[in-house]
Amino acid sequence: MTLGVSETQSPDEGLPTDALVETAEAKEIEGRSPGEIAWARLRKDKVAIISAIVILLIIAVALFAPLIVKLNGFPPDQFNKVDANGNPLLNTRDGGIPIGGLWGSGTSSEHWLGIEPQNGRDIFSRLVYGTRVSLLVALGGTVIAVVLGTVIGMVSGYFGGWVDTLLSRLMDIMLSFPSLLFVMALTPVVASRAQDLFGMPDNNTLRMGVLMFVLGFFGWAYLARIVRGQTLSLREREFVEAARSLGAGPNYVLFRQILPNMLPTLLVYTTLLLPTNITAEAALSFLGVGIKEPTSSWGRMISDASAWIESNPLYLFFPGMALFITVLAFNLLGDSVRDALDPRAGRS
Amino acid sequence: MGRYLIRRLIQAVFVLVVISAITFFLFWATPANPALLICGKNCNAETVAQVNATYGFDKPLVVQYGQYMQGLVSPGGRTIGSEGNERNCPWPCFGESYQNGIPVWNSIKDAFPATLWLALGAAVLWLVAGVMLGLIAALRKGKFIDKLSVGLALFGVSFPTIVFGYLLLYLFIVKLNWIPFPDTANAALFSVGPVKWLQFYILPWITLALVFAALYTRITRANMIDTMNEDYIRTARAKGLDERTVVFKHGLRSALTPIVTIFGLDVGGLLGGAVITEQIFSITGLGKFSIDSVLSNDLPAIMGVVLFAAIFVVLANIVVDVLYAVIDPRVRLA
Repeated sequence: MTLGVSETQSPDEGLPTDALVETAEAKEIEGRSPGEIAWARLRKDKVAIISAIVILLIIAVALFAPLIVKLNGFPPDQFNKVDANGNPLLNTRDGGIPIGGLWGSGTSSEHWLGIEPQNGRDIFSRLVYGTRVSLLVALGGTVIAVVLGTVIGMVSGYFGGWVDTLLSRLMDIMLSFPSLLFVMALTPVVASRAQDLFGMPDNNTLRMGVLMFVLGFFGWAYLARIVRGQTLSLREREFVEAARSLGAGPNYVLFRQILPNMLPTLLVYTTLLLPTNITAEAALSFLGVGIKEPTSSWGRMISDASAWIESNPLYLFFPGMALFITVLAFNLLGDSVRDALDPRAGRS
Repeated sequence: MGRYLIRRLIQAVFVLVVISAITFFLFWATPANPALLICGKNCNAETVAQVNATYGFDKPLVVQYGQYMQGLVSPGGRTIGSEGNERNCPWPCFGESYQNGIPVWNSIKDAFPATLWLALGAAVLWLVAGVMLGLIAALRKGKFIDKLSVGLALFGVSFPTIVFGYLLLYLFIVKLNWIPFPDTANAALFSVGPVKWLQFYILPWITLALVFAALYTRITRANMIDTMNEDYIRTARAKGLDERTVVFKHGLRSALTPIVTIFGLDVGGLLGGAVITEQIFSITGLGKFSIDSVLSNDLPAIMGVVLFAAIFVVLANIVVDVLYAVIDPRVRLA
């Protein structure tokens, strides 16, 4: 066994098979790549494992939403005003508050998390479908922001000169925008533009696309600054000089030489941008400029539930907790990934 | 220093002009014809033409932008309204609301104090809490209190404002009944007295401060740990200074420099309105004003509040850079 491997961990302690293959390869080439070392470190981090499991569960819920709701038996848009025996579920005299259940929430063996006041839609089903919307919008926004930020940052740092000046000023300006305010103000405008452009009605498919676009458009500048800084130092390295002296063009150098060296940064930033965008989507839907009725999203549910906080606090609690747990899991995983990739940066 | 300031101010004006242009063309170039929006249900070709003339929508967009900027730049404001019904919109003229005809600047002036109180109170709270927690954590690195602060910070960063705000509202207003439901009349300090005013603002302050306090704890802790490992700290200890002087005069001062930067930018950003906190606690500040304007498609109001907020962000950037040079003698402005 080589010194490099035994220093960090012994590879033969109940590792999954694919990891064993990896370590076996590592032995052959005498040492492990930084990626492998980080992966080994991450696997030892209990917090990272737990958050990863939670995130995978949430993603599974989003992917299999229709199946899960079938299990429950109540579609998210169905009004459940009476139960199977014809007994009313809502107290019509009391403004439509659910009858029975924990703290007036209408929880029962059929409606696991209770029902909405007034309409009686099943909260569990709406929460499950809301997961879909939240994750999809956040993911779309993050991908747009990361792609834009990476390309603009690399171009700015690599070419320098007036291109750099122009793009850097653009980053400054983007960072000077009062971001939430602007995103909020722009979403309806972009929605009506897109409506004209694609000839689509202002439905929630369009709204989701608009939210992704707006979140991505206002999220790239910070990453672009980081990428620019890294590109500035990477382009002076010997391997870039070697590639260039062999006649490599800017495209080759940027995407084959510089980009792979930036992957750790991008990975950390992506895991940390996702929860930010999940929160932002919830905030926008909460304010009424994001996803609209009847599609459910966590922010929309919180906004609806806030009117019933006195009579039915659990209605607010469930989407709130879903949001909190998701964001916490992503943040914890992001921190762990950063620690694993850069052992010197402590958990600060 | 003087030349630096002038250069930064010119840059700031440039940034503001770019932001105003982008905002203006994005909002005014919307296909949803603003004239149709204003005249509402009983619209015919004649009334649309009339509205177009009144608001100047019949002119090219560039001309409209020029007129808009004139109202912000020229000390006399500008003239708005159609021929025969002209009136002066005094400086700074952000136009009049499509919804109720009130000059946007008046609405902004009315909404600003509530936002200012909210932002300043929260800022004091998160600065004190964040720096103290971070400092204690750094000095007791690896001990229980450090782990507790780090855990609290992570928790705080991950607590979405919507969830935390409603949690506080439910706990202290609905359940425990310690604080009455927010009544906008209590937002004015001088007419209702400090007790009601504090009751009105205390939960919004905590709500707004949580995320920032968590971030500042992390930053202070990291900076302080780095600083305390510097050579000059060892020198200070070696020459026999007591620990308090070493920590506060030598350590904290240097560790706080980055905090000043972030603090300035954060407060500057919040002065444009804390939309979510204001919405949860029914505070009629700029944030509430802006979301109401967005939901009612009131273009001049949206434009006004976005520009107003951008001014604070740009100014905060300058203030921060100048302060940085004052605090940190290694930085020279050129």
